[in-house]
This record gives sequence, C-alpha cells and structure tokens, in this order.
Amino acid sequence: MKILVCISHVPDTTTKVKFINESKTLDVNGIQWVINPWDELALTRALELKDDAANGIQTVTVAHVGAATSDPTIRKALAIGADDAIRVNVETTDAYSIASHLADAIRNENFDLILCGIESSDHNGSTVGGMLAEFLGYPSVTGVSSVTFENGVPLIIREIDGGKEILTVNPPLVAVVQKGIAREPRIAAMRGIMMARTKPIKVVEAQGIDCLTEVVGYELPKPRAACKYVNADDAGQLIALLQNEAKVF
Amino acid sequence: MSVLVFLENWDGKFKKLSFELISYAAKVAEMLDDKAVVLSIGKVDSSELEKLAAFGASKIISIENDLLKTLDDQAYAGIIAEVAGRSNAKVLILANNNTGKALAPRLSVRLRAGIASGVSKLPLSTDPFTVYKKVYSGKAFAHVTIKTGIKILTLAQNSFDLVESPQSFVLEKMDLQPEAGLMKTNVKDVQKQTGKILISDADIVVSGGRGMKSPENWGPLVELAQLLGAATACSRPVSDEGWRSHDEHTGQTGKIIAPNLYIAIGISGATQHLAGISSSKFIVAINTDKDAPVFEAAQYGIIGDAAKILPKLVEAVKEMKSK
Ligand SMILES: Cc1cc2nc3c(=O)[nH]c(=O)nc-3n(C[C@H](O)[C@H](O)[C@H](O)COP(=O)(O)OP(=O)(O)OC[C@H]3O[C@@H](n4cnc5c(N)ncnc54)[C@H](O)[C@@H]3O)c2cc1C
Repeated sequence: MKILVCISHVPDTTTKVKFINESKTLDVNGIQWVINPWDELALTRALELKDDAANGIQTVTVAHVGAATSDPTIRKALAIGADDAIRVNVETTDAYSIASHLADAIRNENFDLILCGIESSDHNGSTVGGMLAEFLGYPSVTGVSSVTFENGVPLIIREIDGGKEILTVNPPLVAVVQKGIAREPRIAAMRGIMMARTKPIKVVEAQGIDCLTEVVGYELPKPRAACKYVNADDAGQLIALLQNEAKVF
Repeated sequence: MSVLVFLENWDGKFKKLSFELISYAAKVAEMLDDKAVVLSIGKVDSSELEKLAAFGASKIISIENDLLKTLDDQAYAGIIAEVAGRSNAKVLILANNNTGKALAPRLSVRLRAGIASGVSKLPLSTDPFTVYKKVYSGKAFAHVTIKTGIKILTLAQNSFDLVESPQSFVLEKMDLQPEAGLMKTNVKDVQKQTGKILISDADIVVSGGRGMKSPENWGPLVELAQLLGAATACSRPVSDEGWRSHDEHTGQTGKIIAPNLYIAIGISGATQHLAGISSSKFIVAINTDKDAPVFEAAQYGIIGDAAKILPKLVEAVKEMKSK
C-alpha cells in the first residue's frame, strides 16, 4: 500500500497579507512559508497509518506543484517523516492546472490512497483534491474526518451537515480531509531533519500550463466601523442595541 | 442556455441555503439574460419542489433514482454533467459546503469549466466573467476571471439574501441512471445529531473561548443561546480541551461560518479564529482585556468578566422577550 499526500506551500496563518503591483500580486517580502495546515494534518495521519505495521503501508510520498522556492517546505514534510517527494516544476495558482500537472506526474506511480487537505489557506479553493480524482478517474470522498484500515480497505468517516457517515471505498481513492483527521500536526525531530537532507525529491518538468481562471486583482477588506462599547455594569444595554440598532432580532 | 443550480436535500427537505442558491442563480441568470434551472437529486415531494419556484427558478428538474441515495462523487458528477449538457448550462452553481466541494471540482474537469469557490456576491462583470471571492481566509478578496465557456461557482452559505421572485415554472421528473459500476462509495452507517441547531445554518451563534475558564461555566452561555434560538460554538482550545464537542469549533481549522450575529465570549480573536467568523454580519466581543484583537473585528463590545456579564445578558433577553 502506498500513500500520497498533496501539499501546498502557503503563508503562515498569522501573516498580514499585502499586495503590490497595483494590487495584482501578493507581497512575499518577509512572509514565512509553511505546509498548508490541512495538508500537514493529512501527512500526520498518513504517518500514523504507516506506524501501525498491520496496515501494510510501504511508503508515504508527498507531492507539490511549484518552483524550487518551495523546496524548504517539501524538506519540512520529509523531516516530519515522509519517505520521498515529487515536485512538479511549474508556478501557477490555477487549481485546474495544479491538479492536471499533479495527475500527470503521479498517474503511473500507483498510489492506493491519496490525501488532500480540504482547502489551502491562501486561495481557499477546496478544489485540487476533487479535480485530481477526476483527472485520475479515481473515486473521491470529501470532508473526511477519519481514515483507518479494515482488512486493507479504507474505512472512512465523512462529515455531513449535522452528522457523519461511516463508509468504505476500495482503493485507489482520493480522500479530501478536514478537522478530526489528526489531532496535532507531527513535528520534525532532529533525526528527521538530518535524514530529510538525503531523502529524494523527484523533480518533474511540466508540459505547458493550462489555466482556466486568472486572479486579476486583490483587495483588502474594508475597515470595519470602530467597536461601540457598552459598559459592563449595563450589559443588558447590548441587547437593546442589537435589537434596535443592528436589528438582528 | 441556462444557469444550472444543483440542490441537495436533507431528509427530503430543502433549507434556507437551497433558497439562497436559487436566489443567487436567478440573479446571475438575469445578468446573462438567461433562465435559472434547478436540478434536485434525491427523493423530494412535489410540494417541496414547488417551494423553489418562489425564488426565481423557471424549470425544476428532479432526479429520484434510488441508486443516488448515497452521495458518490463520481456518480453524481456524471449525472450533473449530463444535465448541464442537456440544459446547455453556461453557469453551474453549487453550495460551498462539503457536497459542493465534493462535486464542483470533478465537474470542472469533466466540463473543462473554470471554477471560483466561496463566492458571496454577484459577478462583478459577465464579459469577462469576473467574480469576487474571499482569499487568505478572509484577510483579502480576489477578483477572479473565469476564462472558459462554462463557469462553475460555489456560493458561501448565509452570504446572499433571499430574493422572492415567483415564476411560472415547469417541473420535470428526469430518469437518469448513474454510469454502470460507478457507485464506489458504500455507506455502512449514518449518525445524525437531532434537535441541535447547526452552526453553519444558524442566524445567531454564541461562542465561548478559554476566557470561560472551565466547562462548568457554560450554563448561562447555553441559556443565552437557547433564548436567542442560537447555535453554540467555541474556540479551538476549548474543543481541544474537551470542554465542548468538536463540532462546535469555529475558525480556520474548524467551521467557517457567516451568521447574522456572532457573540464571542472570552475569545481573544486570534487570526485563525477570526478566519472562521469574519464574514459574520455583526460581531459582539466580551472580554476582560481591552486590547484583545477580537475588539478590532467587533461592532459591539463589552470589556469585563464573562461570568458577571452573561447572567445580565440572559436577564435582558428574557425581558426583551416578555415585551
Ligand atoms: C494553524 C493553526 C490553526 C488554528 N485554527 C484555529 C481555529 O480554527 N479556531 C480557533 O479558535 N483557534 C485556532 N487556532 C488557535 C489560535 O491561534 C488561538 O490559540 C485560539 O483561537 C485561542 O483561543 P481562545 O481565544 O479561546 O483563548 P485565548 O487566546 O487564551 O484567549 C482567552 C481570552 O479570554 C479572555 N478572558 C480571560 N478571562 C476572561 C473572563 N473572565 N471574561 C471574559 N474574557 C476573559 C482573555 O483576555 C483572552 O482574550 C489555530 C492555530 C494555528 C497555529
């Protein structure tokens, strides 16, 4: 059994985003790049599954579409415990082209379980996992909060509005994972960091870019009106304001 | 040509989200001088289907095939793509919930249709087709141009007001089978919570953070929520500690919501928390620390001890309701 985790390289979640070039480009100055939080949890779960020998998982591979500037993020995934990595050498923000390049790069690698995070914290697209599954012709399950194995078959919990479904899908499949998939992201230990230096990153050159969408500009949210304070001793006043001024009830 | 909107149902019923989707689709159709067509998959009574017409659907296609009782991403995507073809859909609209997130990307590949997810407003222009969407978890917005002939949009819940525009409509029962052998999802069990207002559906959400101090202190918060018909929520450390259940966790790595009113009690307002709630129409913050970042996101604030303030709010709501 082979697991693939798709990882995206995003600004740290505490970043104050700024734009340059007439608001067309993210100002990357001073940004700390991290593994997308969901992907980090997906990787953690993949490694937990591999730790249990009964699951018979041989390798956990990470894949990323991006330029060599993402290599530190990939090395971090290797330090956390992934066995090897694939990087498709192309820069694009369009989900369709990312998924199509990923699909081309891994089509012949015969992964049994592919884990993708439910969204990347930059473009909040929630699309790459599903697109990848469609390009590969694999089934997909979205909103997955648990993956375990039962006799070699993934047993999955899917979160639905107001509940959950417990289901099985025969591999190969794509699971798009969300809250619950792992508790805390696994952290790289010193030994892992040393070992990551020699783990292989296979670089695949991409053939052309086929973008279906284009970001033509960014804007920052309009500043909210200043907060109106109610004295703690007259807390009940708040309810009157919400009723008469905000008219929320 | 048409604007096709896909609807799921919950035990045979639609909900406000369904009507938001149609209202949105009808407006997009108007911009394109097209008609809005609804596709409902699953067992839904005609009387329930007819409710959809009030929001501007000119045609309602209903597919009730038993095989489609389970959401199987591939099978559903196949059916929706087929209907999109038959109704010559130029724009496809789904919800930005787990169902929409499962299907929209597969449809994007099947139909070679560019996708913009989590839109909250009407397109900024139709030629080029440019939409406005949240990026960086609410810290910015992007103008995204979709360059393909067919466009897919997923609409954020609670972001588009209902617009009643009753239409004469046609109801068509369509019999479409999923492609043979495509159903690969075997559901073994479904566990549903009943009687609880879903955080994602709620108009009002009352949420507690670490400043609530301990799980025993939640009583007045829950009472306030009940009085307001609100859902209860919490910050991540609160659910991590097991003070409240995991499905209450809001924020970047929990539920992303947009209620009319979000009351944050003893929550500092970390960026990752705000990422889940910044689309709320009104935010109220109650915190002992006057410099807590949550006040920068809030329209109303009380600086003080939650334990003392909550009972006062409960009293005030009771008084309001007694009038
Ligand atoms: C990748 C990543 C993802 C994350 N995702 C999320 C997420 O989805 N959701 C989330 O919530 N967090 C998330 N976090 C954690 C986040 O950074 C904060 O740690 C968390 O939101 C803090 O929760 P809190 O406000 O309850 O607690 P604290 O930050 O400890 O704040 C408690 C607040 O209560 C106030 N207080 C204390 N006593 C009282 C009192 N008696 N009455 C009133 N107020 C009082 C304090 O002044 C303080 O402001 C994430 C972090 C990371 C790194």
